[in-house]
Amino acid sequence: MSFDPSQFPFMEIAFWVMTVLALGGGIGVVASKNLFHSALFLIVSLFGVSGYYVLLSAGFLAVVQVMVYAGAIAVLILFAIMFSRRPMEKVSQANHQWWLALLMAVLLFAVLVGIVGLVDWPTDGGPEPAAAATTVQQLGVAFLGSYLIPFMVVSILLSVALIGAIMLAREKLEAEEMN
Amino acid sequence: MQVIIDFLVSLNIPYVTEGVARFIVLLVFAGVVAVAAPAGLIILTWLERKIIARIQDRLGPNRAGPFGWLQAFADMIKMFTKEDITPANADRASYNIAPGLAVFSSIMVFAVIPFAPGFAGTYMNVGLLYIIAIGGLGSIAILMAGWSSNNKYSLLGAFRAVAMLLTYEVPMVMALVIVAIATGSMSLVAVTEAQGSMWYVVSMPLVFLIFFLSGVAEVGRSPFDLIEAESEIIAGFHTEYSGIKFGLFMIAEYVHMFALSFFAAVLFFGGWQIPFINVATLPFPIGSILGFLSLIVKVFFFVFVMMWLRGTLPRFRIDQLLDFGWKFLVPLTLVLLIASAFVVRLFSPGSSTGIPVAPGPLSGLGTAGEIIALLITNLVIAVLTMVMVASAARRSRNQALRAVSGVEPMPAGQPGK
Repeated sequence: MSFDPSQFPFMEIAFWVMTVLALGGGIGVVASKNLFHSALFLIVSLFGVSGYYVLLSAGFLAVVQVMVYAGAIAVLILFAIMFSRRPMEKVSQANHQWWLALLMAVLLFAVLVGIVGLVDWPTDGGPEPAAAATTVQQLGVAFLGSYLIPFMVVSILLSVALIGAIMLAREKLEAEEMN
Repeated sequence: MQVIIDFLVSLNIPYVTEGVARFIVLLVFAGVVAVAAPAGLIILTWLERKIIARIQDRLGPNRAGPFGWLQAFADMIKMFTKEDITPANADRASYNIAPGLAVFSSIMVFAVIPFAPGFAGTYMNVGLLYIIAIGGLGSIAILMAGWSSNNKYSLLGAFRAVAMLLTYEVPMVMALVIVAIATGSMSLVAVTEAQGSMWYVVSMPLVFLIFFLSGVAEVGRSPFDLIEAESEIIAGFHTEYSGIKFGLFMIAEYVHMFALSFFAAVLFFGGWQIPFINVATLPFPIGSILGFLSLIVKVFFFVFVMMWLRGTLPRFRIDQLLDFGWKFLVPLTLVLLIASAFVVRLFSPGSSTGIPVAPGPLSGLGTAGEIIALLITNLVIAVLTMVMVASAARRSRNQALRAVSGVEPMPAGQPGK
């Protein structure tokens, strides 16, 4: 019996670990009775997804996923939870429409499985993509080149959101001053 | 590192191929870093006590061992033997995970630091972003700790911590972006190598200042130590922690400070570069050792600067802190970012990685021209900022004087009702 380390399925093991993280975290988000725990499970799930990006050699995407979702958005969610209701209380996450949501989720899952099964995916991906060192530059050139208009639209959307948030906060302040 | 891998392969041990040798070397390297970073804590706590004591005209620890250096071990043993208390209404899972997560996030950043020529955990090409991403995990650990303690002071401390971290992450990220623009890469190895001709602190002193200031705030050290302002909110997010769990938070804080010093040295002070000596071309053991020593000297210099700041400056108030971040550092860094991008583009030598980019109009002047232009940009922006801050200060002082002298200053922009 010989052991060939180059045949050891590192990638498969990593894939299943990431799957457990992503799906387990997702189930935790829905099943947890505590809103704060749900948010923490969401972070675990997002980590699993960023692990997939690493396995796909998309390092930039993986790091941005952790930075934007786990580092910024999840922290804001945690923040909002702490401010919104009595944070140590256990509340039921489901309302009377849970069966409808479940039905929709199952339908969506069926559609996705159908698509994945029907499409004839190219198993031979053609030539290997260029060295990863250039991907950030390629992204930048793509954003400011062929995808300039979508990029600008997203920028305007974000600016609108930013200004809107400031306006909401300001209005409240002036109303307080009036009283 | 490649040298050691080649050596292992050349031994012809069964099963030890190139890949396995790389795995073993990286595992040992990670182990050494993960042990050495918290072990540096022992030196750091002792140094901090001694330096702060000297600044305050005291002697500091001087009983346990020569110069009191055994004091750190005594502290450690005390920490280990103390009772570990969990509040009755705490959220146990989060409460216990938080200290570990804090240490984890502070040690993880060492993966991308180039310690010597050819010695880095990983040559990740998005190293700069990775630092920020992993740093964000630290704020999650703080939130978890503050919330799960079920204590109002803990929660307040966590709120403050996260508000501060979010505020100072913005100028820090933008300072890192300026470095990435100047280098043309986000890999810390590439950043170090690009500083072979000139350290970035020379060409971009203002960017370095902004980076270091927001870094000190990120680490939550004095004068930005509002997270654990004893006089206001007891000990902040780790009020309820005791024993080794409190020790873990302390380790996380010191490792974080250590990591920040490493980043300041690598990003702006040339990493393992030594002026006038090309370390990378020296033969294997000498070049690596010299490079590592050069890096460590710079790191301890920054550690000293942070202790010096703590010994001399009073603490900010929370509103001053947020004002300083959002109204001063963020606009200043934005202006710097735009100006630096413009200057670097002017001197860009054109496409280097296969993407067609036209060379900049001043590319004939080379790296020296770029360094001088960046330096001039930094200085001009610094002077303009000084002038603006001075005039704003004068305006507010005049207003205060008028208020005292009884002449009511006209409130600007308020229509009569």
